[in-house]
Amino acid sequence: MPQEQPPQDSVENNHAEQLPELFALLSRDKYTVQKTADDTLTLWVTANTLLPTLSLLKSLRQPFAMLFDLFGVDERLRLDKNTLPCKDFTVVYQLLSVERNQHIRLKVALDKDDLHINSITDLWPNANWYERECWDLFGIVFDGHPTLRRILLPPTFKGHPLRKEFPCRATEKDPFTIDEQKLAKEQEALRFVPEDWGMATSSADNDYMFLNLGPNHPSVHGVFRVALQLDGERVVDSVPDIGYHHRGAEKIAERQTWHGFIPYTDRIDYLGGVMNNFPYVLALEQLAGIEVSDRVKCIRVMMSECFRILSHMLFFGTFAQDVGQLSPIFYLFVDREKLFGIIEAITGARMHPSWFRIGGVAQDLPKGWDKMMREFTDYFPKRLDEYEVMVMQNSILKKRSIGIGKYDTNQALDWGITGAGLRATGCDYDLRKKKPYSGYENYDFEVPLDDQGDAYARTRVRVEEMRQSIRIIRQCVDNMPQGPYKADHPSTTPPMNHQSKHDIETLIQHFLNVSWGTVMPKGETTFAVEATKGINSYTMISDGTGTSYRTRIRTPSFAHLQMIPPMAKGLMIADLITIIASIDFVMADVDR
Amino acid sequence: MSDFLGDITGDFIIPIVILVALLLAGAWSTWLERRILAWWQDRLGPNRVGPFGLLQVVADMIKIFTKEDWIPPFADKVLFVIAPMIVMIMMMLGFAIIPFAPGIQIAHFDNGLLFLLAISSLSVYSIMLAGFSSNSKYALLGAMRTAAQMLSYEVFMGLAIMGIVIVADSFSLSKIVEAQADMWFIIAQPLGFFLFLFAGIAESHRAPFDLPEAETEIVAGFHTEYASMKFGMFFIGEYLGVILISALITTLYFGGWQGPWLPPLLWFILKTSFFVLFFILLRAAIPRPRYDQLMAFGWYILLPLALLNLLVTAAWQLAPTL
Repeated sequence: MPQEQPPQDSVENNHAEQLPELFALLSRDKYTVQKTADDTLTLWVTANTLLPTLSLLKSLRQPFAMLFDLFGVDERLRLDKNTLPCKDFTVVYQLLSVERNQHIRLKVALDKDDLHINSITDLWPNANWYERECWDLFGIVFDGHPTLRRILLPPTFKGHPLRKEFPCRATEKDPFTIDEQKLAKEQEALRFVPEDWGMATSSADNDYMFLNLGPNHPSVHGVFRVALQLDGERVVDSVPDIGYHHRGAEKIAERQTWHGFIPYTDRIDYLGGVMNNFPYVLALEQLAGIEVSDRVKCIRVMMSECFRILSHMLFFGTFAQDVGQLSPIFYLFVDREKLFGIIEAITGARMHPSWFRIGGVAQDLPKGWDKMMREFTDYFPKRLDEYEVMVMQNSILKKRSIGIGKYDTNQALDWGITGAGLRATGCDYDLRKKKPYSGYENYDFEVPLDDQGDAYARTRVRVEEMRQSIRIIRQCVDNMPQGPYKADHPSTTPPMNHQSKHDIETLIQHFLNVSWGTVMPKGETTFAVEATKGINSYTMISDGTGTSYRTRIRTPSFAHLQMIPPMAKGLMIADLITIIASIDFVMADVDR
Repeated sequence: MSDFLGDITGDFIIPIVILVALLLAGAWSTWLERRILAWWQDRLGPNRVGPFGLLQVVADMIKIFTKEDWIPPFADKVLFVIAPMIVMIMMMLGFAIIPFAPGIQIAHFDNGLLFLLAISSLSVYSIMLAGFSSNSKYALLGAMRTAAQMLSYEVFMGLAIMGIVIVADSFSLSKIVEAQADMWFIIAQPLGFFLFLFAGIAESHRAPFDLPEAETEIVAGFHTEYASMKFGMFFIGEYLGVILISALITTLYFGGWQGPWLPPLLWFILKTSFFVLFFILLRAAIPRPRYDQLMAFGWYILLPLALLNLLVTAAWQLAPTL
């Protein structure tokens, strides 16, 4: 394997300035710097230097306290392999320092004959699921991992699907059948065995009861299973089991055209609508260097904030419902319906408009959109005030949620909690303020905070976020700039009609774009946005072809669910339900 | 001959009419609840079958009777079948002592109230047996909650009622109604009323005290494994429970069938309906407390208050004689 790195002195010096403390302690022969489109500090390190480097980063004065993402890449078919120090597989570690407001990416190259790397579960508890996922999908073994087993795929699954040789389409495999015997085998494989998870089946005085909460349970919000170790109704320990909603979105991304994957992103956080398109198109625009007009930016912000409200409304209603209050969800559904009406008028679809495009949006805003928006922004805050009295000031609800599922900022960072769950602990980290994208710096809004970090605080923060979103939407409506709704960029958007009818070059471009799909330049980038449930980021690796080489979707819900066991320890089943409700997740966002 | 006819009417016809009317009321109160809840929750509710969806109940009955009557293979079959019967029987028996109007009462017990307390204790067995015989974890949790909740709230119910007994100087429900000719007992026993109300909600395990069947926590609690009409019996039993508690509130605290202008029976039905609606409103408005909070509320707040109420009432009653 070629290990030579082309001289990149300027890049490197630039990077050394980004984090002088690290480079003062790290000797030059221990790492190689890679230039990425997002200008995130990216270092290739060897498997041996990984742990020391990570613990160094975690112990800096302003530490990289959060393991933001961990994923694998199968590099064997990579076209521009020669320019990088990669081998057959790569494990990528992305850390986030909230204090520095900075990301760092570490990469470790692994040979296909020796797919072993040290587990970092001792450094970050949330590495547990990420490493299991990486093993599940790539077959990379993390030495020292306590329970390295399938997480997204069924325990009986053969193979590691994100490897390039694994077929993507069902038609490439034998037809799927399931007979009685196989069914029994699969069922048996799903049985929860406490000993496998290091759980005792009895204490000194009595036996524990093990309860499968889910995968079909009224308040696990989809197909999600938590195996509970119960002493009476008290939760001694719990093991969340995910993967029932896994649809292989990351694999599908490797076969769809760049534009063709946009509808799939909508269905990742299926309550987030166009909010999911946002990091995807922004990442690709960054990769291709596409500048969009102010109008596009403003439209995108407005639509995303609408979806933030829609998602939070559903959260608010279901939270109240899970605590036993039946009515708010119905009122909120009525209000969601009003907002969906507006979304439908603008985009033509309701929950999954797939409306953003690389370099713009699908259409311009229709006539009369501003009137509808104004009506809604006048109507909804009053209703929200009423709901707040009904739900948040209810004394039973307060008793059920105050002090339940409590954690502090350090724990939150340790477990990779982002979004309202992090801000409810008093940590002021909102990407819309900290790393403004799509013109968020131009809007006047506040980031709601709370310092309790319990279920009630998380709900309060989200209620306040809805008000702030209304504020942003109002500003969008009042100051919507004029201009084109798509960028004039040959490789992304179809050219304007009047051009393609008079200019053969443009016509050819159009033809190629439609028949082959867009071609993205080579490169690598990560784009993170403050999505409805926390930070959602897309890491895109392009080989300069018509499809993505690797698409990594970092979703907030995945990290959040992993924290259920420490949050629920020692509480009652009813508290566990409150905790689950207060996390605000959807399973498609967890399992992808 | 006329005596014989009178006996027939008193011993057979009136009880049968009452029982049938109660069953119908129990069934139709499911319709009422769904419509009223829907109205309060900005929805429509069942409005397709018959006028205002009134025949929805009939459709539901046909559906529920034609469903597969499934008994889980892991259940204790005998108890599993008996459990839903107990709740129906006990609820119907409970109505035997309610004076609906002068002369319309199935059984004239002098110790009607004690009978009632006994009946409501027995109905707990239905739920406990259902939970244990199902041999399912959710049902077990539901049964555990029920056993604790209903047994403790029975204590406060009994203590709250004793206030009435002292004031009316009788255990007979018809005498209690007659004793309220001048003044409803809600005025004499306001604290007792609230205690009885809380205990009544807990006894009928309705929201917000529906912990035995809290669907967001333990799926359907004690009747998780039940299907078909066995489930239907629990369901109607629950609504009969609501009507029974409402009827008792009416009888004990709001003068029963007494009232001006309208016929006594109508007064009784109006007052009872008011409390049934109140139960539905509670379900629409209030979240569910946690199981241990409910128990703490009972033992730390309701029990001292109930004792205090009893003490003060007794002192008040005895004071003139000293």
